[in-house]
Amino acid sequence: MLLISCPWCGDRSEEEFSCGGEAHIVRPVTPQDMDDQAWGDYVFMRRNEKGVHFERWRHGNGCGRWFNVARSTVTHEILAIYQVGDDRPEVPE
Amino acid sequence: MANYSIFALGRNALQRHRHWPRVWRSPKPRPSYDAIIVGGGGHGLATAYYLAKQHGMDNIAVLEKGWIGGGNTGRNTTIVRSNYLNPESAAIYDHALNLWQGLSQELNFNVMFSPRGVINLAHDHHEARELRRRIYANQLAGVDAEWVTPTQLRALCPILNLDPGMRYPILGGTLQRRGGVARHDAVAWGYARAADRLGVDIIQNCEVTGMTINDGRVEGVQTSQGEILAPRVGVVAAGHSSVLAAMAGLRLPLESHPLQALVSEPVKPIMPTVVMSNKVHAYMSQSDKGELVIGAGIDGYNSYAQRGSLPVIEETIRAIVELFPITSRLKMMRQWAGIVDVCPDASPIISATPVEGLFFNCGWGTGGFKATPGSGHLFAHTLAKGEAHPINAPFALERFYSGALVAEHGAAAVAH
Ligand SMILES: Cc1cc2nc3c(=O)[nH]c(=O)nc-3n(C[C@H](O)[C@H](O)[C@H](O)COP(=O)(O)OP(=O)(O)OC[C@H]3O[C@@H](n4cnc5c(N)ncnc54)[C@H](O)[C@@H]3O)c2cc1C
Ligand SMILES: [Zn+2]
Repeated sequence: MLLISCPWCGDRSEEEFSCGGEAHIVRPVTPQDMDDQAWGDYVFMRRNEKGVHFERWRHGNGCGRWFNVARSTVTHEILAIYQVGDDRPEVPE
Repeated sequence: MANYSIFALGRNALQRHRHWPRVWRSPKPRPSYDAIIVGGGGHGLATAYYLAKQHGMDNIAVLEKGWIGGGNTGRNTTIVRSNYLNPESAAIYDHALNLWQGLSQELNFNVMFSPRGVINLAHDHHEARELRRRIYANQLAGVDAEWVTPTQLRALCPILNLDPGMRYPILGGTLQRRGGVARHDAVAWGYARAADRLGVDIIQNCEVTGMTINDGRVEGVQTSQGEILAPRVGVVAAGHSSVLAAMAGLRLPLESHPLQALVSEPVKPIMPTVVMSNKVHAYMSQSDKGELVIGAGIDGYNSYAQRGSLPVIEETIRAIVELFPITSRLKMMRQWAGIVDVCPDASPIISATPVEGLFFNCGWGTGGFKATPGSGHLFAHTLAKGEAHPINAPFALERFYSGALVAEHGAAAVAH
């Protein structure tokens, strides 16, 4: 079971959170210029990394706020917790 | 190799079962093949079998990184049914269900297909309406489906809690009589044996670590046993599909999640059918050994760890005890997880890719066991001909660019 450190509330059990999937998927800035290929890639295609995964989490049963997590999808170890909008942090592979 | 029969059984019994031949060979990989299947689960082995049987391709290999059937094929709760909502889905799953019916004879291997019926419960009026809609859709698509009332449910499954005072009372349900369960390992072994007899090389402990691609064409794969060449590569790697796609520089619309199941200590027959509930998120059947086979949901985050989290099975067990009060004192014997490849529209992907010669069969997520014979049959056609069979044409990667999704969350997200 994951122990997740909410940047605002501190260490809480995974049951209080929900995972919002892959982070750093940037909403198109000029949607009018996008073709079907670009839309399909944006909406559906995922890295689904085996290893370090950068993902969004929300403390739904707590403060309700979103933040980003770098986590290993193999060991489940949480490697970094950082703000939405920040760059991917440096983490060990 | 001799056929299995009552006579073979008698002969071998007299010899104290010491002389049964090996069921498949264990060959060293050849330097090249006409086609390579990556992934020795049920779907990969079935693909190889139909490639050899129906398309005359016998110079092919199945590469499996561990042991055959060690992935989701050997980890699933074995429910077989075809009562999906959309006509495209009904066609593909019913194609598989029809193949299940003759599979033991076809493979000369008892896959223990047991059409004992599959029930989906409705716990509120909205759900009852949704399920009735699915029944009508099934009937239009030629798939057997019927509504059952609580009184009928009492006869079909006496241990079900039909108390109207329940937190989520049971208002009725759907029944697909042709649905049921099968023996998962036997499916892998049966297809492996049948494919091997047709000359297919099944190579275990052979992990694909890279793809050789030149000018947009696949030429072979790199493996833990060296490079193996082939002009056609079909990837059937379930939870690891994205990892293999990344080797070819591709992304897929998949997320890998652990899906859990557990079995109880064995008890006398108490559960004559399969019961599932989307609402309270649990389902149960009984194996021939007497264990109650209980299925849970997926963990909410990506994982390749092949072990699920405790909160998920706690929720499932709460629901099971409410639905089947008789289970409240049962001990659970084992719990495990498999990594499932969840697709955004809860439908599979059987598709060519932008890399010529490279094909994927994946995205079956939480519910692909039931499709094993159909999936293998259709993927073999796709690999042999280089283009989709009409039944799997709607399930190409194209749909994520055209928008023609086959949304099956109602029929597939919880129920497997
Ligand atoms: C707990 C659980 C319950 C389920 N219940 C049901 C159910 O009741 N009904 C139903 O219809 N479905 C169910 N499913 C889903 C079903 O198990 C799968 O959809 C189906 O078995 C997938 O079969 P497959 O052959 O594609 O995958 P797998 O059997 O997982 O085979 C894929 C194989 O690829 C191999 N592989 C991966 N990477 C590589 C590599 N790099 N090189 C070589 N080989 C590789 C793996 O080792 C694996 O053996 C359930 C799944 C789980 C986990
Ligand atoms: Zn918080």
